Amino acid sequence: MMSLTSMRIAILVFPGSNCDRDMMVAIERLTGRRPSLVWHKESSLDTIDLAIIPGGFSFGDYLRCGALAARAPVIDAVLDHAARGGAVMGVCNGFQVLLETGLLPGVLVQNAGLKYICRNVTVDVCDTIDSPFTQNLETGTRLTMPVAHNEGNYFASEDELARLNDNGQIAFRYKDGPAHGPANPNGSSLNIAGIVSANGRVMGMMPHPERAISPELGGSDGATFLQGCLEALAS
Amino acid sequence: MSEPEMTFKNAASMGLSEDEWGLILKRLKRTPNLCELGIFSAMWSEHCSYKSSKKWLKTLPVDGPQVIEGPGENAGAVDIGDGLAAIFKIESHNHPSYIEPYQGAATGVGGILRDVFTMGARPMALLNALRFGAADHEKTKHLLGGVVSGIGGYGNCIGIPTVGGEVNFDASYNGNILVNAMAVGLANSDRIFRSAATGPGNPVIYVGAKTGRDGIHGATMASAEFSDETESKRPTVQVGDPFTGKLLMEACLELMASDSVLSIQDMGAAGLTSSSVEMASKGGLGMEIDLDLVPAREEGMSAYELMLSESQERMLMVLKPDATQTAREIFDKWDLDFMPIGQVTETGRLVLLKDGVTACDIPLDPLVDDAPEYDRPQAEFVPHPVIESNTITSGAPISNILMQLLGTVDLASRRWIYEQYDSQVMADTLQGPGGDAGLIRVHGSQRGLAMSTDCTPRYVEADPRTGGAQAVAESYRNICAVGARPLAITNNLNFGNPEKPEIMTQMAQSVVGMGEAALALDTPVVSGNVSLYNETDGRAIRPCPVVGMVGVIDDIANAVRIAPTASGQTLMVIGQDKSCNDGWLGASLYARHLAGEPQAAPPPVRLDSERRTGEFLQAQIGAGNIIAAHDVSDGGLAVTIAEMCMAAGLGATIASPDGGNAHGWAFGEDQGRYVIATDNAEALIDAAKTAGVSICVLGMISATDELKFGEGDAISVVNMKTSVEAIIPALMNG
Repeated sequence: MMSLTSMRIAILVFPGSNCDRDMMVAIERLTGRRPSLVWHKESSLDTIDLAIIPGGFSFGDYLRCGALAARAPVIDAVLDHAARGGAVMGVCNGFQVLLETGLLPGVLVQNAGLKYICRNVTVDVCDTIDSPFTQNLETGTRLTMPVAHNEGNYFASEDELARLNDNGQIAFRYKDGPAHGPANPNGSSLNIAGIVSANGRVMGMMPHPERAISPELGGSDGATFLQGCLEALAS
Repeated sequence: MSEPEMTFKNAASMGLSEDEWGLILKRLKRTPNLCELGIFSAMWSEHCSYKSSKKWLKTLPVDGPQVIEGPGENAGAVDIGDGLAAIFKIESHNHPSYIEPYQGAATGVGGILRDVFTMGARPMALLNALRFGAADHEKTKHLLGGVVSGIGGYGNCIGIPTVGGEVNFDASYNGNILVNAMAVGLANSDRIFRSAATGPGNPVIYVGAKTGRDGIHGATMASAEFSDETESKRPTVQVGDPFTGKLLMEACLELMASDSVLSIQDMGAAGLTSSSVEMASKGGLGMEIDLDLVPAREEGMSAYELMLSESQERMLMVLKPDATQTAREIFDKWDLDFMPIGQVTETGRLVLLKDGVTACDIPLDPLVDDAPEYDRPQAEFVPHPVIESNTITSGAPISNILMQLLGTVDLASRRWIYEQYDSQVMADTLQGPGGDAGLIRVHGSQRGLAMSTDCTPRYVEADPRTGGAQAVAESYRNICAVGARPLAITNNLNFGNPEKPEIMTQMAQSVVGMGEAALALDTPVVSGNVSLYNETDGRAIRPCPVVGMVGVIDDIANAVRIAPTASGQTLMVIGQDKSCNDGWLGASLYARHLAGEPQAAPPPVRLDSERRTGEFLQAQIGAGNIIAAHDVSDGGLAVTIAEMCMAAGLGATIASPDGGNAHGWAFGEDQGRYVIATDNAEALIDAAKTAGVSICVLGMISATDELKFGEGDAISVVNMKTSVEAIIPALMNG
């Protein structure tokens, strides 16, 4: 097993990304090594252990959330990395980008409440296929992390939803917890808050783990999740 | 095409008075052309010139060892230690927000962010102060929804957390809402950028978005009363693009990290006009601009349109002559326009070329230094009478009255609003909206910045001087209540038409009160904004001089919030002795909702005990003797305690007052008080005695769902919470 310090992690930066620094800080705090920030115009990636697409409003969310970012030069390199079985994580807008690239199925549409929503939510870790993103979390673990989005309402066809469910690709579901308000903040199908790809190597999620990395910020469940992912990828 | 000769009629249509038109002719020694007249009218508008308020603004305290940059720049700057400066300002976008709430509010946020990053600071937090009409007014729902969505739309996208604010409702704002936005940023104290142009011959660069026909003459619109025709002014509302704003912010901060920028100014109100005039005039120099080089979004824009457009996300800067290439590469990277459009000159004149000919050639001095300044007449202020509590109270149980007050929109939870704001992006938010002050960590350190916006218009209306002081004092309390040390303020003076003597009294007297409090509490004014003519069809708003305050806490581990953490903790009130037992109900929320809001004097603000109490609280929080603190404001002690119980999800048993008027004791709004929760009541009582601060025990936190006021007078905490949380959703979904 390699040490976390020797992990090579790239965080992609698009014009309008705004959680890139937060993710960098969180990862550096856990690994002791600053991940590299990769500008969207780059057409290749160095060899990496994990590519992260952070939250924000890439390209202003114009056209459709994530649609323009999914066509940026750096995405070709991410697709190559994923095709080799490389790990990719997208958070919030990053999840939207992953859906637009086709690395993950489904779409994220506007919240059922028709409003942007920022608050803590509680998610349940589901029984998933073998995946570095969930293997260190016990099924049924509750994690409290913030969401902050206008388009986090996961939608897919009945067949697709059944397939995700049956394959164990649903990683997180919104669940009643200590936070205020309804458990499912956005109307997602099957209360989906995060999914993994069929091979478990690509994950998209709406909650922001990078914002929940210490008690003074309101909780550290995000750190628990990220630490688990990093250790699994390092092993 | 030759342009008709300008007359007073043209000047009047741009909001200039006959005297001001005469002054322009005299200073220019000729008749201005359309573009020149537009420039004069914009620079001499109330919004840009502060002509009615300047006399009073000059009386405010602006100095202190903590002040790095006082009023006059894009934003104020204060020293927070470790070589860092907090840079902040508040600004109004009232008129545009009423006409087009989403864009009006969004561009208000964008504008205030530009003011802060223009100084070289990375914006760290946003706050706001909002006033809407009565909850049941036909427009309130639409305006509230649009404004909140606009504030979120800009702030969320650009990625700056909104960590605090205040929202209130009153019929006086039915036709003229208030939307004030505040931004707080951080910079190295020795890397602050200013706007004075330097070095004749240096290039003047236009960067950011292209110029279109939006917002033309916005500053003039913001300097006039509303009427039935106002809604036809929708085309003068600017359109914001937070995505471009984000790119502009990143590009400017990247450029400022290099050694390239000599001076920089954002294009806010009156766009290219105010930025070029202010930069040149502050530098004691001149400027020459070729308007054909200005990146335009539309074809065929005239000199007048280019100079008066308020298109958003634009900056003007003077670069070192050899830095142009470096700068261009940065703006290319961010896909933003970068265009040298002119140069700094020694002439003291603003010279504009269009289509190869001179479109404007005017001296700068009259535009800025000779701008009119008025000492407008005031009406004599007749103080409202002091009302004895027992003349308006009943014998109803406290719990009964508490539930009625909590059922009003004044005390309703603001969750529906603030959950539409990203309050956590940048991952340094220690306390977002819903507490006394927003609190953010200075990234990578143990230091924190606390911030709050406050004003109680019903106090200001009842007694402008007291109300002005109270706005400062309440902000001060909010900062102290989290354990931070107040440093300085920014203010946003929202009033009606200053040409009316009674409005002028409100403004002048509240500025006097604000100044007295700022001096006594050592929180000088470092920046601000004035919004006048907030009237519709001749009816003025309730006066609303908003204070935005910033404070610092050296160790964020010591910060406290409003929620007690366990049963058995003692609840005490600091700053109150038995004299509060009758309670001050004049101008209170109790009087507003339960006694028909009689004209009455507001509670007095005692600045010496205010400061003593605030410093005592800071010290005791720092010493770890206090677990939770909440300042006493609207609704008095009972509401303060209820809010602490709701935040904790715990009950409390409160002893009945020892004599006096029960409703006055529970709901009186006597100033300078905080309710705290502690495990060290005795130590606190001793320390308070030594410090000369009054303190009383109120009761104890209990592991129940009951908030009890003496025997047989109890209320369910869960029911209270359900009630306060339901009000605004019901208003918006109903």
